[in-house]
Amino acid sequence: MSLEPAKTKTPLSEEARALEKVHQVELVISTLLRAGVVLSFCVVLAGMAMTFLQHPEYSETITMQTRPVAFPHSVADVLRGVMDLRGQSVILLGIAILIATPVLRVGISIFAFMYQRDRTYVVITSIVLILLLASFALGKVEG
Amino acid sequence: MSLLHFTLITFVASLVAGVLGSMLGLGGGVIIVPFLTLWMKIDIRYAVGASIVSVIATSSGAAAAYVRERMTNMRVAMFLEIATSAGALTGAFLAGIIAVRWIYIIFGAVLGYSAIVMFKKRNHAESPAVDPDPFADRLRLHSSFHDDALGHEVHYRVSHTKLGFAMMYVAGIVSGLLGIGSGALKVPAMDLLMRLPIKVSTATSNFMIGVTAAASAGVYFVRGDIDPFISAPVVTGVLIGATVGSKMLQKIQSNWIRVLFVIVLLWVSAQMLFKGIHG
Repeated sequence: MSLEPAKTKTPLSEEARALEKVHQVELVISTLLRAGVVLSFCVVLAGMAMTFLQHPEYSETITMQTRPVAFPHSVADVLRGVMDLRGQSVILLGIAILIATPVLRVGISIFAFMYQRDRTYVVITSIVLILLLASFALGKVEG
Repeated sequence: MSLLHFTLITFVASLVAGVLGSMLGLGGGVIIVPFLTLWMKIDIRYAVGASIVSVIATSSGAAAAYVRERMTNMRVAMFLEIATSAGALTGAFLAGIIAVRWIYIIFGAVLGYSAIVMFKKRNHAESPAVDPDPFADRLRLHSSFHDDALGHEVHYRVSHTKLGFAMMYVAGIVSGLLGIGSGALKVPAMDLLMRLPIKVSTATSNFMIGVTAAASAGVYFVRGDIDPFISAPVVTGVLIGATVGSKMLQKIQSNWIRVLFVIVLLWVSAQMLFKGIHG
């Protein structure tokens, strides 16, 4: 892989247009992150409210030491719990959205750099995504 | 203490962790883990699960603002993420082979030393004169951001990219092995080696730690280490804290960020040395 050579001198208008594209991309990534964060926040908050409303004993007799520790941790179980409107499953759905956000951010960045016609950074970002997915797959095997 | 009581206290502690973590480019795990284990007597397994979630919350919560304000240098972040994620993979392989105790002692010392060097640099205004780095030119890493505390645009050039890349690989290995300290190593590397302004260093580190944490968080999630009772107040508290912190970073003077970072760095260094010595 050869790195893209430094840009030769271009007319200012073209440079300004390139900068404009960079700002557009920054805006897209920033909006994506904000959407992921707001969605996750709302879902977790709703899950918390449901948990405490469904179980009045949680605000009275139950402590961290006597809490139920059997909570779902596979995607299928979480989704089934959400269908049954179980508070803890809704919380975990919100957390899953939060975990997915940075991964999605890397994925979107690849397209963003393509749009900027920045081949070097398309390659760089793709390598990051591959490494990310590899470590996730690896951990799953080990776990 | 009822579950509701626990939820409220953890929420407040997470708020603080979110503010500090987002301003300093650390995940907030440095606060969350000791808080949960020492104070709340939570099993380390669930504390680490909550901490990894807090790292993502800090990173994504603050990055939305930092990217828009161009505090984050996205090119530097993307390029260095290759090194950190490759390092994290290596670290996972080395986990069973290397005596973790010595890693704690070595990096506790490294962080302590970095803290001193960073503290000494505090009164040298961020100088634009850096060693030329053709590699940084080719990757077009140089950039600028608007510093609200100064009231003007700050232009900066990036230096020693290759060395910084190597340091990030090491940082990735350490975080893969120990599960902590990735931000604490990234910020000094960007500040001292690559000569990024301190605010850009913390914002860029903040951007990067979310990606590495997301990879491990998937594993923790499936393993059942992410307890909804603990993670819910942590996530909500940290997200609000990080949003507040990202607004504060722009307004606070760079030297204050530096001093605050050095204090937290010494605290992390002490924690690591303690763990290394006491096993």
